[in-house]
Amino acid sequence: MAAAVRLALIVLLLLGPGGWGHAEPSRDSLREELVITPLPSGDVAATFQFRTRWDSELHREEVSHYRLFPKALGQLISKYSLQELHLSFTQGFWRTRYWGPPFLQAPSGAELWVWFQDTVTDVDKSWKELSNVLSGIFCASLNFIDSTNTVIPTASFKPLGLANGTDHYFLRYAVLPREVVCTENLTPWKKLLPCSSKAGLSVLLKADRLFHTSYHSQAVHIRPVCRNARCTSISWELRQTLSVVFDAFVTGQGKKDWSLFRMFSRTLTEPCPLAAESRVYVDITSSKQDNETLEVNPPPLTTYQDVILGTQKTYAVYDLLDTAVINNSRNLNLQLKWKRPPENGYIHYQPAQDRLQPHLLEMLIQLPANSVTKVSIQFERALLKWTEYTPDPNHGFYVSPSVLSALVPSIVASKPVDWEESPLFNTLFPGSDSSSYFVRLYTEPLLVNLPTPDFSMPYNVICLTCTVVAVCYGSFYNLLTRTFHIEEPSKGGLAKRLANLIRRARGIPPL
Amino acid sequence: VPPEVVRGKRAALFFAAVAIVLGLPLWWKTTETYRAPLPYSQISGLNALQLRLMVPVTVVFTRDSVPLDDQEKLPFTVVHEREIPLKYKMKIKCRFQKAYRRALDHEEEALSLGSVQEAETMLAEPQEQSEGSLTVYVISEHSPLLPQDMMSYIGPKRTAVMRGIMHREAFNIIGRRIIQVAQAMSLTEDVLAAALADHLPEDKWSSDKRRPLKSSLGYEITFSLLNPDPKSHDVHWDIEGAVQRYVQPFLNALSAAGNFSVDSQILYYAMLGVNPRFDPASSSYYLASHSLPHVINPVESRLGSSAASLYPVLNFLLYVPELAHSPLYIQDKDGAPVATNAFHSPRWGGIMVYNVDPKAYNASKLPVRVEVDMVRVMEVFLAQLRLLFGIAQPQLPPKCLFSGPKSEGLMTWELDRLLWARSVENLATATTTLTSLAQLLGKISNIVIKDDVASEVYRAVAAVQKAAEELASGHLASAFVASQEAVTSSERAFFDPSLLHLLYFPDDQKFAIYIPLFLPMAVPILLSLVKIFLETRKSWKKPEKID
Repeated sequence: MAAAVRLALIVLLLLGPGGWGHAEPSRDSLREELVITPLPSGDVAATFQFRTRWDSELHREEVSHYRLFPKALGQLISKYSLQELHLSFTQGFWRTRYWGPPFLQAPSGAELWVWFQDTVTDVDKSWKELSNVLSGIFCASLNFIDSTNTVIPTASFKPLGLANGTDHYFLRYAVLPREVVCTENLTPWKKLLPCSSKAGLSVLLKADRLFHTSYHSQAVHIRPVCRNARCTSISWELRQTLSVVFDAFVTGQGKKDWSLFRMFSRTLTEPCPLAAESRVYVDITSSKQDNETLEVNPPPLTTYQDVILGTQKTYAVYDLLDTAVINNSRNLNLQLKWKRPPENGYIHYQPAQDRLQPHLLEMLIQLPANSVTKVSIQFERALLKWTEYTPDPNHGFYVSPSVLSALVPSIVASKPVDWEESPLFNTLFPGSDSSSYFVRLYTEPLLVNLPTPDFSMPYNVICLTCTVVAVCYGSFYNLLTRTFHIEEPSKGGLAKRLANLIRRARGIPPL
Repeated sequence: VPPEVVRGKRAALFFAAVAIVLGLPLWWKTTETYRAPLPYSQISGLNALQLRLMVPVTVVFTRDSVPLDDQEKLPFTVVHEREIPLKYKMKIKCRFQKAYRRALDHEEEALSLGSVQEAETMLAEPQEQSEGSLTVYVISEHSPLLPQDMMSYIGPKRTAVMRGIMHREAFNIIGRRIIQVAQAMSLTEDVLAAALADHLPEDKWSSDKRRPLKSSLGYEITFSLLNPDPKSHDVHWDIEGAVQRYVQPFLNALSAAGNFSVDSQILYYAMLGVNPRFDPASSSYYLASHSLPHVINPVESRLGSSAASLYPVLNFLLYVPELAHSPLYIQDKDGAPVATNAFHSPRWGGIMVYNVDPKAYNASKLPVRVEVDMVRVMEVFLAQLRLLFGIAQPQLPPKCLFSGPKSEGLMTWELDRLLWARSVENLATATTTLTSLAQLLGKISNIVIKDDVASEVYRAVAAVQKAAEELASGHLASAFVASQEAVTSSERAFFDPSLLHLLYFPDDQKFAIYIPLFLPMAVPILLSLVKIFLETRKSWKKPEKID
């Protein structure tokens, strides 16, 4: 009965304005944000940030209780006495020349830098253990971090959060450029999010789309921050960031239009109920400059203007916690359309599948007169299976020639001809009209020389050295054990008799 | 014979001698795998180890508990030994060493008090009893200390009180009763069988006995609140207070058995792996008992392993079902709802379903704020914790008064019982590990045995022997420590990475490498040896012909 009375009381209180939940300050809070930036090259960059703030003194409490902050990382902070932790996994390279400056920088591969607290006595041991634990949490090869690839920078990599002292003895930095980032790294990263991938912006994090991009970078940053404006106490901040660059131009067959569904194959359906703030920003700066050439759908309720990375930017803002944004259509599928179609062109690209299918890239382009057009393709080195290696004397691998088919305007207009009448050499390719003629050019095939490892080398070395030793030993043995004595010429062999015959014929005394 | 030929012959013989005397041993020595000597015979001796578990029982007789002429015989010692029949290679013998003595003055005084609890507090004060020992006070047959119909009383500390008897065979009768009480308070076959569950044949104990948690140096206890529907439920729990009030005292009492760490987390959108069925009769949802095994797996991937330590983790999940599936009840095998709405999985942890009061939904918009009643939850979780550690309810002798546990929820002799079981389990684990390591090393001659591995093996063997001795002399605390050391050392030796270095270096490859060197060197030596042998035989035969 007592319980019933108390629950009834709660119900009454909830009916009141504001409710109970707001009266007591929450001990941790979550903010999530997605920034979509159309890049100058036609690609689209999407940057997710999930920020969990935890108002807790981790080092003092013995029993740790976690709400929004993930337990796995919280335990790390208290066990290894971390001051700051920055870990990023990146696949691809941010091309600043084409894409402009990034919000979040990260090197290719895995990067880890950690500030330990000044209470840590054996920093190297903690660093080693920490990298092993992190490699377990994120399914990455961070356990390959050892003294050979760890450095202690003295000028760079200052703490990003609150710091009392900056004695560089407590800083460790390592990069593993070879680390390949894949789904198995994304899944544990997603698990650290309070809403997992069930609600809010994290719904969009679908692995097969995120890794089908030109650039993928995910990171975890932990640092202490001020809890309030006067900075009387500290909180822990966990920022999980993820940036991807979608190759919208190529996959969209030459169009720069994009939508959330086309990029992520998902739409936003509901906000994360745990988030205090959940927003999507879309960069619409170019619409102002190019006289409304792009259109965002649905139209934004608010815009945000600021100087970002040195340039004035305008963003369309969608607040998911605002009921009007999602409730209208039960889901939010942001779309961006360019009103003026970009240049008339056609690009068809079919990626290769290993051992099944080659690459195919077709482009329909209009070349201006007296211009040079360069088409360059980068390809990655693939590893052969050990049975696929060619024998040592080989040419290499051939890449088939590229084909250029063109209708070249002719200087002299030709007369319309009758097909059956004209000479055969002129009628294989039909000309569309008399003012141009058809040309197909082939480039040279490309020969790629792959270094071949010598699988039998160790055994060859063993055999060679053993043979040398055996030969030396054999002659030595012969010299020592054989007896050399002059054989008496008793009768002589066949050769001697022959020689004597010749000698006799020549009149010289026989042997 | 020309001297040159003799010299050649000598040189050939010398070559052969150098190759055999110097070359072969040098090659053997340089390519040998280093194998430190191990105490193989001692390890195989461990299997036939006889474990004598000695329980020292002090029996104190008050003035009119037994006939006078019997009292004259005090003090003396009786030993009761009995083999525990288990299908295990180690013979385990249980030995109750009963030291009979007369009550001292202050004990007489305490036992003449009005209630047994008062007497107990007064008796407990002067000296602390050592782990594993028991004290039984025998009071007069008609003492008002115990209720009329009760024959004996088992206290929360290591003491028991029992009525005496005025009879010619008083010591025999009392002795039998004492064994009953002492067994309930210390060692029974069940406890040891559960402790050795991993080492016993499968059929007997696996199905009907719950397997307790494996012995370890420490344990991590994680409380997780699963809120699959944060849109409807805003769940709050005062886990800090609950841990401090209910869990920590229990763990403090248990601290002799290992290190404990406690933490908690809240997981949102964490679903159970099974869709609950709807029961139209009560308009509620239920989880049938046969589907419970499938509940845990999907949740477990979210729980996250403990990053900071290597100890086994015990998970306690409080599941607040989503609005669409509430109320949710767990059914037992007969289809009746389980009273606690909870179940536990041996060696893993426990799950409790916490239904939100349906009245909370009335006239309030979502999400509903839910305050979890931690008393109700912790009652269930603590009971599950006891079960997971294998602290079962004792089998009481008839007519025995049983004091409830103290505030921390654990009686001192229950802890002793746990330590007995854990010591035996540790010894069994360590012996098994050592035996299989010795077998493995004996079988595969390629494995390198470094000195530190060998020293760990020696340490483990010594610790096993020490633990067995301490058990036999009734020093439970030091026996437990030694058994833990035995397990740690033996596992450290078994899992040492240096054992793997040369494991996969097969013999045919070895020969393939050496043949290019050995064949060209051996052929001339052998040929000349054969030649010399033939010549000498010929020269030996010649003189015979002359004769």
